[in-house]
Amino acid sequence: MEYLDIFINEIYKIFFLVVPILVSVALIVWLDRRVWGFVQKRRGPNVVGPFGLFQTLADALKYIFKEIIIPASSNKIIFILAPIVTMTLALVAWAVIPFGENLVLSDINIGILYLFAISSLGVYGIIMGGWASNSKYPFLGAIRSAAQMVSYEVSIGIIIINVLLCVGSLNLTDIVLAQKNIWFVIPLFPMFVIFFISALAETNRPPFDLPEAEAELVAGYQTEYSGMMYAMFWLGEYANILLMCAMGSILFLGGWLPPIDIYPFNVIPSPIWIIFKILFLFFLFAIVKAIVPRYRYDQLMRLGWKIFLPFSLLYVVLTASFLFYFDMLPTKEF
Amino acid sequence: MLFHSIFFYFFSIIAIFSALMVITSRSTVNSVFFLILDFISIGCLFIMVGAEFLGIIILIVYVGAVAVLFLFVVMMLNVAQQKQSWFIGKKSSHIPFGLVVSVIIFLELLVVLGGWKYKENVMSSSNLLLNESISNTHQIGRVMYTDYILYFQISGIILLLSMIGAIVLTYQKRDNIKKQSYINQISREKLTSIELKKVEFEKGVKIDD
Repeated sequence: MEYLDIFINEIYKIFFLVVPILVSVALIVWLDRRVWGFVQKRRGPNVVGPFGLFQTLADALKYIFKEIIIPASSNKIIFILAPIVTMTLALVAWAVIPFGENLVLSDINIGILYLFAISSLGVYGIIMGGWASNSKYPFLGAIRSAAQMVSYEVSIGIIIINVLLCVGSLNLTDIVLAQKNIWFVIPLFPMFVIFFISALAETNRPPFDLPEAEAELVAGYQTEYSGMMYAMFWLGEYANILLMCAMGSILFLGGWLPPIDIYPFNVIPSPIWIIFKILFLFFLFAIVKAIVPRYRYDQLMRLGWKIFLPFSLLYVVLTASFLFYFDMLPTKEF
Repeated sequence: MLFHSIFFYFFSIIAIFSALMVITSRSTVNSVFFLILDFISIGCLFIMVGAEFLGIIILIVYVGAVAVLFLFVVMMLNVAQQKQSWFIGKKSSHIPFGLVVSVIIFLELLVVLGGWKYKENVMSSSNLLLNESISNTHQIGRVMYTDYILYFQISGIILLLSMIGAIVLTYQKRDNIKKQSYINQISREKLTSIELKKVEFEKGVKIDD
């Protein structure tokens, strides 16, 4: 009986985390298209609901009523599994994101590694979808994304090491609390820039959206998908983008902490701050999508392996030596 | 404790089932997918016994990187069509080799695990004092970077060597291909990039060099 209580309590908490995330994914798609429209001097979606806010809901409704077409020569099980994997992985990672001092679903002491592991598993949805479609364009898209995501994970991992050197703990709450005096974006600003660009590549956003480059690959790994299965890929992708924004705001922008701990700022509740930071990072994502042309594939690989990797490694050495020389290494006992 | 054992049997049944499916499933890509499932359930088992760092590292390294490359190679080589008929149909030459290897592995495990269980002071080569109160990430860090720093670095160098070896084996220097030189592109200036040539009659100029 005791277990049942815990179980129901957890499900209740998970429900109140997942529903806001799904709603905000819908709104974030609207924001993305709106920003994109304004940059190009268009209006963007503005018809359905106030300011067009319900556009995504209308789209989702349309997807639900469309027929799901499964190609005859596809590997059916893996074909159906792929969007489910993408969507699930994008949602489970939110379990460790702290929205406040004690406002976190599961406060595990390897939170950042968990986030990193889940985001590195995200490649499977794409590979499975691309291979199971049994068609040329999806397969090419899948192969591209496999190489791309594996290479940019390396630099994200090293950037995380940089932050961890300053924190001395893998727990996300500890990472945020370590930024009480100064957000890591200031001492580690180059790492923040590289993290942002790597996050663009990791989530297949423009200018690195080569797995679904419509000029070359129709729609990449999503070519054969239709109806709700396509919508799940799409929702999973945006949930992943939000997750990367959340990760960036926790690692560099001080999570739920206000910019300065004085009166008008510190009465605002902590979830508002982290949501504001996530929105700010997402706004940057949207602007980048609108103003930057797509990279060529060899340039993408060169950027990842020949520029970001050596530079972030060098910065690890710099950070470590700085902290060691000035005797600032975190030596918290656990 | 009941829930603990339910989860333990759940993960271990999945692990054993998927390990069997890796060697018996007909298409190679399915084998790799079952291998991934196996890695994930082993990672979950690690987390269950309290080694959460090792469990997550298994997820990151094996599932996130190694298995992706496996999948990549298997898909690219297009061996998915090759029918495996090891257990059904005609006789296969793989089984004797497989049996020999697995018997050797079994004996090794028997010696190591049995020795570890019953003759701890004979088999164990370490004298670690583990502090139960600190998290196992810190524990691993403390042991790995102090007592075992030499082994750690040697294994790193072995990995580096194998990487360099693989690059040397597969690298082919090709001439006659056009390469983009970023330094040249960036350092181009108006003065040096435009050149006025006097074209001789009936000879032309040689461009593109």
